Amino acid sequence: MTEVITPAAPVHRGPADLHYLNEHRGLRSWLTTVDHKRIGVMYLWSVLLAFLLGGIFAMLVRLELLTPKKTIIEADAYNQAFTLHGAIMIFLFIIPAIPAALGNFVLPLLLGAKDVAFPRLNLASYYVYVIGALFALGSMLTGGVDTGWTFYTPYSTTSNTSVSMMTMAAFILGFSSIFTGVNFIATIHKLRAPGMSWHTMPLFVWGTYATAVIQVLATPVLGITLLLLLMERVWEIGIFDPRLGGDPVLFQHFFWFYSHPAVYIMILPGMAIISEVVPTFSKKTIFGYKAIAYSSVAIAFVSFLVWGHHMFTSGQSDLATAVFSFLTFLVAIPSAIKVFNWLATMYRGSLDLKAPMLYAIMFLLLFAIGGLTGIFLGTISVDVHLHDTYFVVAHFHYVMMGGTVIAFLAGLHYWWPKMFGRMYSESWARVAAALIFIGFNMTFIPQFIMGSRGMPRRYYNYLDQFQPLHGFSTFGSWVLGLGLLIVAGYLLGSLRKRCDAPGSPWGGMTLEWTTSSPPITHNFETTPVLTHGPYDYSLPGRRA
Amino acid sequence: MNWLRSIILPAEGSAYARQVDDLYIAIIVICAFFFVLIAGLLSYFVWRYRRRGPDDVTPHISHNLKLELLWSIVPLIILTVLFFWGFNSYMVARVAPGEALEIQVTGKKWLWQFEYPDGMRTLNEVHVPVGKAVKFIMSSEDVIHSFYAPSFRVKMDVLPNRYTELWLQPREEGVHTLFCAEYCGRGHSDMLGKIVVDSEEKFQEWQALGDEQTRTMPLAELGALLYESKGCSSCHSLDGSRREGPSFRGVFGEMTSITGGPPVKVDENYLRESILDPQAKIVAGFEGIMPTFQGLLREREINALVEFIKSRK
Repeated sequence: MTEVITPAAPVHRGPADLHYLNEHRGLRSWLTTVDHKRIGVMYLWSVLLAFLLGGIFAMLVRLELLTPKKTIIEADAYNQAFTLHGAIMIFLFIIPAIPAALGNFVLPLLLGAKDVAFPRLNLASYYVYVIGALFALGSMLTGGVDTGWTFYTPYSTTSNTSVSMMTMAAFILGFSSIFTGVNFIATIHKLRAPGMSWHTMPLFVWGTYATAVIQVLATPVLGITLLLLLMERVWEIGIFDPRLGGDPVLFQHFFWFYSHPAVYIMILPGMAIISEVVPTFSKKTIFGYKAIAYSSVAIAFVSFLVWGHHMFTSGQSDLATAVFSFLTFLVAIPSAIKVFNWLATMYRGSLDLKAPMLYAIMFLLLFAIGGLTGIFLGTISVDVHLHDTYFVVAHFHYVMMGGTVIAFLAGLHYWWPKMFGRMYSESWARVAAALIFIGFNMTFIPQFIMGSRGMPRRYYNYLDQFQPLHGFSTFGSWVLGLGLLIVAGYLLGSLRKRCDAPGSPWGGMTLEWTTSSPPITHNFETTPVLTHGPYDYSLPGRRA
Repeated sequence: MNWLRSIILPAEGSAYARQVDDLYIAIIVICAFFFVLIAGLLSYFVWRYRRRGPDDVTPHISHNLKLELLWSIVPLIILTVLFFWGFNSYMVARVAPGEALEIQVTGKKWLWQFEYPDGMRTLNEVHVPVGKAVKFIMSSEDVIHSFYAPSFRVKMDVLPNRYTELWLQPREEGVHTLFCAEYCGRGHSDMLGKIVVDSEEKFQEWQALGDEQTRTMPLAELGALLYESKGCSSCHSLDGSRREGPSFRGVFGEMTSITGGPPVKVDENYLRESILDPQAKIVAGFEGIMPTFQGLLREREINALVEFIKSRK
């Protein structure tokens, strides 16, 4: 290596006087903005609001389950609470949280671009999201939904709750997701900084790319399925309802053909954040760049071929069950590879346990449990016992919350200084992270045991024998909730300070750290030219 | 590892349950190994390679092909073994022996109905002989339900448009819980049943006579039992509180208003009609959601329920 690498990170700019937050002011400037950073920020507040709302429903569900019979709400209200918890968390929070909120903000910065490829489409995607969210709210206000977030037929075609409106909401939100996906694919193809090849892109970009491909290819299937469900409810055309000659299991095939890849829409961006945070706070190049990048693409591809593992007890053929089981095991391999790669990145690194890294470590532990417990569910005969029990509930919360949400928190803490120009309190961040870790495990470990012992999910009343575990789980949810409230407290509190964040608070090597915090409206003063890889902390020729 | 089984898994009701548990325990051991490996390395790295100062220099290690192949291929081999193991035991559960006792199961909101080959029907309680293979042939009258007997590690969805089946072979006498595992609405969590495993003689006797209690118990007491076991209690309260159906408290002998018809007096005939043909006269303010119990209750059982309601002042 003869090339002398010019360090990107040590450009310690002070806060710029004029940046994207204060260059234009007033509500109108926000509502008509096409700046990816502002759209990302609007998405961020929206998804956080959805997270709060979904979280309130979660706490309600857990509180009701404190005692075996009625604790505070009736069966109908309980059924609505878990449905709304699921629907809000999935459609309004997790799916857009990382790509649309954090991704929107950092993707162009990571690429060294001024904006995304289609800024107006970007704003449109936000408005479509808001319309979808209003429909979801409308559904809650006009009777709620009691079908579970999966809308299984024929229950959903016969339920007299506000299913149609919630279906419309999910349908509309799908378009928002497709818009974001299309936009990101074009941006990644066309707007990389001079010198940035596919193999010198930051791994967050690879993860986002794989996610965008799934968003664009899978979401239309959900759209069509929900439209068919809507037509079934309104015109009774007989696709899913057996009384009209339809097949209810067909709905499950359609639904999971989207919703399984959607699980990867949720987790891939989370993995992508971890791939940024771990090298930065290890001050070491990522181990196995290509393995991580291509495993994202492999996951995206195989994820389309495993939907039948949600249906081992649905009456689908034994051959289909066998094939889906095997493919499910295959999809585990790229995830395992990533975990080992992150660990290897930390080996002989210089680990700085700042808040984003704490969350990344938490992610590794919780995601490992989530992934490993997936083995039980991929193994057919064991899954038959565990299917539709709390074991499944615990498993996907370990992946979705322990994985994606914790990665989202890692990313939020990582890029918060960049987004708002403020540092937050590290000591409060440590307290909150500890509470979240303890609370999360208290909430969900008992659910693995309950599920293994045969406690079915979506139960309002339950057998007395499960009370101690349910009770423990409910207490855990309070600790978890407290931890999250503390995060909200110190992050929001930091906004009251003056801008104090340096351009590069963590010493990262990717391009977003070469501009000021918060960035100027056009991101970079001059077009950045890439002279080194995204994680070249210690190539020969470069002094740390 | 029997201590672990008893903590984390329900009692094993059949030899098949034992097989599934063996696999479950094998997976736990594998997972524990990998989790300890990951968490151990992570903890060690966090301690050993903690940042000493801002000038730390780290080595540039971009990849290591041998290591990467190792951690791709070893999991692949383990997972392939688990796949075949799981598939094999699954196929055992899918193919019932030819001589199995066949019981028809109908799921509906929110009860289980069983019909034996000789035409005898029961609700929410199915008796099976110990040591014999029993095959359940299932369908639903409304939405999707799922027949889940954790003690036997078996589960199968119950569909409205086709038959599904499941079999089990209990190995000792006892009573096991039957759950509905597919969400089916308001009464989903009350859609419970019992699988009662009898000795061969007891099973024969039960089949021939109906059970002991049904034949000899005082009517009102029998009614009280039926009120619980036939599922009346999930919709009709005894304390006057409103559920899906009218409360039984003080209802006998009163006039009650009827949706779309003149008021009626709640007497023996009205109660009998409401049990056998619930849609005939629906009490105003309630939905006509009660299923018929025609053919599900012996004559003496209907009398017992009427007597029970009469006694609820």
